[in-house]
Amino acid sequence: MALPEAKQTATEARLSALTMPDAGCTRAAREDALARVLETGLPNRRDEYWKYTQPDTLVSPEAMPAAVFSDDEPLVFSEFDRLNIVFVDGVFSAEESDDLSMEGVSIDRLEDICCKDIHWAKDLYGVLEARGQVPVQRPLAALNTAFASDGVAIHVTGKPSKPINLIYRHASPTSDAILHHVVRVESGAEATILETGPAASRFNKCMEIDIADKGTLHHVRAQGRDHERRAATHMFTRLGTESVYKSFTLTVNGVLTRNEQVVELTGDDAVAHVAGACVGDGEFHHDDTVFITHDAVNCESRQVFKKVLRNGATGVFQGKILVKEGAQKTDGYQISQSLLLDDDSQFLAKPELEIYADDVACSHGSTSGAIDETALFYLRSRGVPTKDATNMLTLAFLAEAVDEIEDSALAEAIVSRLEGWLARRN
Amino acid sequence: MLEIKNLHVQLEEEDKQILKGVDLTVEAGKVHAIMGPNGSGKSTLSYVLSGRDGYEVTEGSATLDGEDLLEMEPEERAAAGVFLAFQYPVEIPGVGNMTFLRTAVNAQRKARGEEELSAADFLKEVRAKAKTLKIDADMLKRPVNVGFSGGEKKRNEILQMAMLEPKMCIMDETDSGLDVDAMKLVAEGVNALRDEGRGFLVITHYQRLLDHIKPDVVHIMANGRIVKTGGPDLALEVENNGYADILAEVN
Ligand SMILES: Nc1ncnc2c1ncn2[C@@H]1O[C@H](COP(=O)(O)OP(=O)(O)O)[C@@H](O)[C@H]1O
Ligand SMILES: [Mg+2]
Repeated sequence: MALPEAKQTATEARLSALTMPDAGCTRAAREDALARVLETGLPNRRDEYWKYTQPDTLVSPEAMPAAVFSDDEPLVFSEFDRLNIVFVDGVFSAEESDDLSMEGVSIDRLEDICCKDIHWAKDLYGVLEARGQVPVQRPLAALNTAFASDGVAIHVTGKPSKPINLIYRHASPTSDAILHHVVRVESGAEATILETGPAASRFNKCMEIDIADKGTLHHVRAQGRDHERRAATHMFTRLGTESVYKSFTLTVNGVLTRNEQVVELTGDDAVAHVAGACVGDGEFHHDDTVFITHDAVNCESRQVFKKVLRNGATGVFQGKILVKEGAQKTDGYQISQSLLLDDDSQFLAKPELEIYADDVACSHGSTSGAIDETALFYLRSRGVPTKDATNMLTLAFLAEAVDEIEDSALAEAIVSRLEGWLARRN
Repeated sequence: MLEIKNLHVQLEEEDKQILKGVDLTVEAGKVHAIMGPNGSGKSTLSYVLSGRDGYEVTEGSATLDGEDLLEMEPEERAAAGVFLAFQYPVEIPGVGNMTFLRTAVNAQRKARGEEELSAADFLKEVRAKAKTLKIDADMLKRPVNVGFSGGEKKRNEILQMAMLEPKMCIMDETDSGLDVDAMKLVAEGVNALRDEGRGFLVITHYQRLLDHIKPDVVHIMANGRIVKTGGPDLALEVENNGYADILAEVN
């Protein structure tokens, strides 16, 4: 079927600004992905899943310029011992990165995979993304698979002693980056991946994560402090039996962020938690779009998303739990809440449950509210100044999401970023 | 110490007069009790003194050691020495009780230009005071009042009072919902704080708390006014005969 004309034109314009890298063993996957883009077209605001977030600037041929933010605050997690992999405006920097070898994991650059005919990543690259196109199309992710210019393949075979930190540095105000990572966690292996930084003026990121039976992956992300940057990120995760995936994202600032999480629980007794805390002030639009599919018995999934919005900031949450036939004993939990610090800000939520099994416990809730005046008075009556009291209540509101981070030191680092953001506002 | 003169208060939202000329003076070192039927304005008085929103003072004044309370923000009143033990203590999920207490103690110290209490000193003090109120370590760690029983909440109010060492302690029905043992603990906590420099305003519906916290002066409040003032015997009179006689007498 032909695409609507406007969509066709926008898609062609975007594609004409891109060239597919010399692709080696990822070529077939890239060509398939391009075919998906051509078939569906790139998103526009008429699409059901883009009703609340305008994709125009994510789809336009050129990225909108975005000032590079800098101050002397050390990068988040810089006090932790970790293996750093640095991308500057979406380009791997060997100079700034650590040696990529570490016990329990092997890490290859996408570029090195591309010139090989055989590599484990070939069976993953574009595969989970393609699976994730049904039932909801994610054309920006397909575009990413087709045109990603850099990225890494992380193969976790043991228990690496320190986290792997993908650091995304933004250096040029006109940068436009497309990164694609693949991660495979082998049976019984366990790792922590950190992602930090704004990446580029416009960032399209895709990460495909395949967790084998009894594998565990912790993912903690902080998307930088740049105000003008735009990002569309996609995480596709498939979980095997008794495997665990725990993901947390902190977003402070950014005019436009769309974070998609697509999770498929395919083995029994698997656990997936996806959480996010975002704080936005003024020109800030933040969209969490989550799709969790239960396709095995006795799995647990949790979605915990909290947004603090002020001065006209907008928050969006679209979260779905799909329980397939036979996925009995599913335990699905979803909460999305916003704290509106003034009347100008808004939160749009679309929680969805679709259940085809009878023995399941699924719950979802979404709320939007202001600071609790009674609690505020209680704190003030004990001598806590209004601003400090408001900040305490704001952090308390965010705590349920931050608590999803298992490592308490990482959680503390996130809390200190939130405190910093609050302290900078009066 | 606390001087309330001809205080008239109405609701901000609706044109409803609640306090209709309250006159009351609490001297340092004294315990004053306010008794009165439900709806007479006792809680309103306590909220107006501590600075809660929603009330409009249309006439009269309230001062603490000569300072105009009504001009101050709630946190300024706290730093000046006003403390209200709430009739319904507020639950605050996500804020640890200990963090809350320490923030409050240090905020007040800072506002008064005093040095902040070190983490170690604070811990030592809070543990000792919690122990006398039979508040265990677990309760200190939990979020403020969340999942606390009625009695635990009231004891937690007294712990805050003990830590903040206010000049003027206002207690709004701290005895409601307490069993006899809990009431004794609360009363002991309060009595331990009785001091030359400290005044108490104990609001209660029943006489029984006053068996444990002996008042110097008892006031009866009805329909937004103090209608009768007397010694401890007045509380016994209420206990024996209810409010009806007193109200009939003053009307
Ligand atoms: N915020 C409010 N909104 C409406 N009515 C109120 C409010 N606060 C107090 N009142 C009314 O004022 C009167 C006094 O209430 P209150 O001070 O709670 O009395 P007490 O503590 O003596 O029982 C009651 O009639 C009560 O309904
Ligand atoms: Mg009352």
